[in-house]
Amino acid sequence: MATTENGRVTRGTLVIDADRCKGCELCIAACPPSVLEMSTDVNEMGYRYPLLHDGCTGCTACQMVCPDYVFDVYRLKAPRA
Amino acid sequence: MATTDITIDTRTAPPPPASKAAAGAPSLILGEHSLCPGCGEPVALRLLLETLQDLDVVHRSIGVVGHGCYGSFVRIMDVDVLQCLHGRAPSCATGIKRMRPDSVVFTLQGDGDMVNEGLQEILHSAARGENITCILLNNGVFGDTGGQQTATTVLGQRTKTSLEGRNAEQHGYPIPIADMVASLQGSGYVARGAVSTPAAVAKTKRMIKRAVQSQLDGNGLSLVEILTMCPTGWFVPAAEGADYQGSSMEPVYPIGELKSPEPQTQEAVHA
Repeated sequence: MATTENGRVTRGTLVIDADRCKGCELCIAACPPSVLEMSTDVNEMGYRYPLLHDGCTGCTACQMVCPDYVFDVYRLKAPRA
Repeated sequence: MATTDITIDTRTAPPPPASKAAAGAPSLILGEHSLCPGCGEPVALRLLLETLQDLDVVHRSIGVVGHGCYGSFVRIMDVDVLQCLHGRAPSCATGIKRMRPDSVVFTLQGDGDMVNEGLQEILHSAARGENITCILLNNGVFGDTGGQQTATTVLGQRTKTSLEGRNAEQHGYPIPIADMVASLQGSGYVARGAVSTPAAVAKTKRMIKRAVQSQLDGNGLSLVEILTMCPTGWFVPAAEGADYQGSSMEPVYPIGELKSPEPQTQEAVHA
């Protein structure tokens, strides 16, 4: 199975509503494969927001801890390289 | 990993056959809330609303809320809500439940509201065995008024009114309200959860579901105490709120079910 640059298989993906984010970074610590990273840019409220790298498993951990309902989690039918 | 490596599109949903595993906001939330970054209350309230939807009781649910930060949240909840005087939510819920026995009545209170301002209301409602579900959002501070010490602030915790940390000689000891309610005969289900980690969130959701189910079964008062982060009131960065809660509050307020109608359900929640 083909893997991505960081050596992980991507089984899920996110829709991130960056404009709702208040930059608390709880999702960064909660993500089991550590594929979320805070942006250097800020959203319209002035907060940094999470960005997604390859390797998401679609586990919904970020969605569970997010106080601002930023994440929609999708599981891919076939793993993506 | 540099930010410039990011090529994944996170603005649009992936095309089928990808399936949606979880939606950000439950459909009962209309709009955005104004609570602080890193606050634990929106997570707890999402779990409550999802539980009402899972049990299909939204159309007959009535929320009774006290005074606290969550007051700014309930205005975007698509559920009938009555806001009461400070700490009086269990008493108002008693009246609603007695007049409308078919409704599902839940109260929403903070620790300052339930344990400081309305301690007798919750204790007497529990002693009477009122068939209501009480949700306590316990963050150890009066968040709404700026972070003063409450009755549940743990020893050593810094707040606006205990800047050197709460000490027993000067401020007394914290009140473990869930243990007190569990010791009363009128309570049917009592549990304590948290929202600091994904595992804790999943466990807390099962607790809320069992609490509402306990009300539907007529087992008396059910209480779920949920430890919520308040990084603003705790003087910690938002990202460290979960760790701070784990090291300061959870040793004093251990997570788990304190009282359950069926003894074998301990495994069900801890599974």
